[in-house]
Amino acid sequence: MNDSAPFLRMSGIVKTFPGVKALDGVSFDVRKGEVHALVGENGAGKSTLMKVLAGAYRADGGSIEVDGKVVSIDGPSAAEALGIGMIYQEFNLVPDLRVVDNILLGHEPRKGALLDPKGAIDRASAVLAELGIMLPLEQTPRRLSVAQQQMTEIAKALVRRARLIVMDEPTAALTEREIDALFALIAKLKAQGVAFVYISHRLEELPRISDRITVIRDGKTIETRATSDLPQNEMIRLMVGRPLDAHFPELPPVPADAKIVLDVKGLCAAAGVAVYDVTFSVRAGEIVGLAGLVGAGRTDIVRAIAGADVPTAGTIEVAGKRVVVRGPHGAIEAGIALIPEDRKGQGLVLGMNVRENTTLAHLDRFERNGLVDPAAEEAETNRRIAELRIRTPSAEQTVRNLSGGNQQKVVLAKWLIGDTNVYLFDEPTRGIDVGAKAEIYTLMLSLLARGAAIVMVSSELPEVLGMSHRVLVVRDGRIRAEFARADATPGKIIAIATGVAA
Amino acid sequence: MANDATEVKAALEAGSSDVRARQRRSAMLRTGGAILALLVVVIVINVFSHGSFLTAGNLTNVLRQITYNAILAIGQTFVIITAGIDLSVGSLIELTGVVMASFANAVPLDGPLLVIATLIVGLAVGCTAGFVNAVPVVRLNLPPFITTLAMMLMARGLAFKLAHGRPVAVNSTAFDATGTGFLLQGLLRPLGLPGIPIAVVWMAVLVIVFAIILTRTRFGRYVFAIGGNEEAARLAGINVARVKTLVYVISGGCAAVAGLLLMARFQSGSPNTGIGSELQSIAAVVVGGTSLAGGRGSVVSTFFGALLIGLLNNVMNLLGIESYTQDIVLGAVILIAVVVDELRKRYLA
Repeated sequence: MNDSAPFLRMSGIVKTFPGVKALDGVSFDVRKGEVHALVGENGAGKSTLMKVLAGAYRADGGSIEVDGKVVSIDGPSAAEALGIGMIYQEFNLVPDLRVVDNILLGHEPRKGALLDPKGAIDRASAVLAELGIMLPLEQTPRRLSVAQQQMTEIAKALVRRARLIVMDEPTAALTEREIDALFALIAKLKAQGVAFVYISHRLEELPRISDRITVIRDGKTIETRATSDLPQNEMIRLMVGRPLDAHFPELPPVPADAKIVLDVKGLCAAAGVAVYDVTFSVRAGEIVGLAGLVGAGRTDIVRAIAGADVPTAGTIEVAGKRVVVRGPHGAIEAGIALIPEDRKGQGLVLGMNVRENTTLAHLDRFERNGLVDPAAEEAETNRRIAELRIRTPSAEQTVRNLSGGNQQKVVLAKWLIGDTNVYLFDEPTRGIDVGAKAEIYTLMLSLLARGAAIVMVSSELPEVLGMSHRVLVVRDGRIRAEFARADATPGKIIAIATGVAA
Repeated sequence: MANDATEVKAALEAGSSDVRARQRRSAMLRTGGAILALLVVVIVINVFSHGSFLTAGNLTNVLRQITYNAILAIGQTFVIITAGIDLSVGSLIELTGVVMASFANAVPLDGPLLVIATLIVGLAVGCTAGFVNAVPVVRLNLPPFITTLAMMLMARGLAFKLAHGRPVAVNSTAFDATGTGFLLQGLLRPLGLPGIPIAVVWMAVLVIVFAIILTRTRFGRYVFAIGGNEEAARLAGINVARVKTLVYVISGGCAAVAGLLLMARFQSGSPNTGIGSELQSIAAVVVGGTSLAGGRGSVVSTFFGALLIGLLNNVMNLLGIESYTQDIVLGAVILIAVVVDELRKRYLA
């Protein structure tokens, strides 16, 4: 059957970076009209493999066949010419060009030497009609939702006659309904013979969307199987190379006499999604989960508490003392730490090394006679690396070269120095592999044991339910409901988060 | 468990020294290669210039000539590491020079006291201008290219206005030593050496002090952090506005020091000595390998960038190359320097 012939075959791909063998003989193939999921822990080599396919890296060994012919992909345009389209987690749209111009970028219809604006709209509309979707063609991507930007990317790939589309974590920032729409679209394109490489950490969605799954670990192909033959626990076992214990550690109960550490009253903020009259408190040894849809204002609440945005009204007290929040500095002084969702953009200076990132917020502690003492910094950093099991060759490694989970641990290391006792985690395990996730949960428990109070924003309901003593549901910048852990169910939370129940 | 942690730590320490050893090796290799190439070039040049290049007098001269640019470039390095740029330093040389010359003529002081008082006045003017550069940048997030461009125009206009369009001659002789004097002349002259120009001593001290500030102080670390990721720096509690402001103040201050040395050398404060200096200083920073994108750079490298440009100018003068051709060569060298640096980063890093 011609339809099941592999469109793409990558064999024995090897890629070495100084000191690291990122790919050590990876092989896998994608058939026409197939969704092939690629799973593995962060740092397993998925991104590197896809960058080789996209022409961003040259492989040191191995071969790539497209349609049965050996090809050499020496740049993004070569990949495009072969019909390979990439949709990265961070989209590649030009924010100031209209959607129609983004879709047709580099393939603009022309009349003679001039652009043909009407032809462009027609062409883009035709592609959208084919996909069965609607997009505001005259708007700029800034005004689009994440899902709409993703659709724009897909339309862009189709204009380039992509026959294979690589999607990296496509559902990470989508709501349930948007995910349904995306999956319907993928199914439609599949039927037309388009192949997909689907990279995701959300293992539970793979049975819905993928035909086959390839597990990659330590730069090697571990196994390729039909999705129906690979149950989730087996998949996790293959990914980490060892069976994983219970998904979430057991939360110790909050002692009855635990003092209130964080007390927020009437908090309002207007920087992003407006936050209105938020009141809650967190006791020592307690995790309070903030549930809600993406864009509900959960991030805005923790940002206001941390001084990342300045609150417009309300009071914040830490251990009974009023905090004057005019910026991050005041909050940090009061012992509040924000571990932001966007760790590369907000949590880390990627070009600096592990040591410099770890000590950045408390550099005054490493000063001797007005000069920073690197030896003291390094000693402290090495302690944190050992404590958090950060996988890095040394404290001098540039943070950019670490995997997502290890980068998250560096952000945490920064806030273990100093007298922090309020930790605001915003999507602490987003984009992090299973093994590192478990380690981060364990770390949260050890913070609780020290008497810290934790607020955790999470879009993953199992995480909220598994790792919170209490759950607050946020919608439109307000707290709409509060559940004790025992009373919280996914159904109740979703009903309130979506506004189905008040 | 404890044993485990100790092992991990030992491994990390070994790893750190490994990384550092590798960095040292590659740095040595690079420096070694550069020195070898330089030696060959020097010998060739020396032959072609009939021996006039490799003389203590000529090399001392090169050092003295680069003094002003090197000092400007120190401030520029700080600014550029924060991903900014300072186009006003050339005009600030002129403004501070004119103000300092007028001040020195007006006050009843003399000797070292006059030099110090004049320097303080110059620093006040330069640092204030730097502060004015920074305010719109940190408060309104305006691009420093624009604010310092505006300052460049205003400072030059003001310098011409204050000086009535011509150089202000300095009446006192108190500045002669600073401008044209030598240190250790008595000791070195018998050895056939001219002594160390005092202006060069100023430069050396500034290079060393600011290199230490950049690499070993909290402020220096914050400069790098802001250039690398301003938002992450802000969320780590760093007062980004203060650090950025200080960076432009330093740049203005460096311009004032360069202004004083120039004024001392020519015994006048002139409103047009600084034209193009801002670009020369940026060239020195870039040739020294500092990234215009921010987050990377070093004062010492900038000094070597200024030295390289100075040597090049000197060699071309000795070889009798006309000044138009010199500009072409200089432009090409800047281009080659950044291209080589980028290629090195891409393929060797």
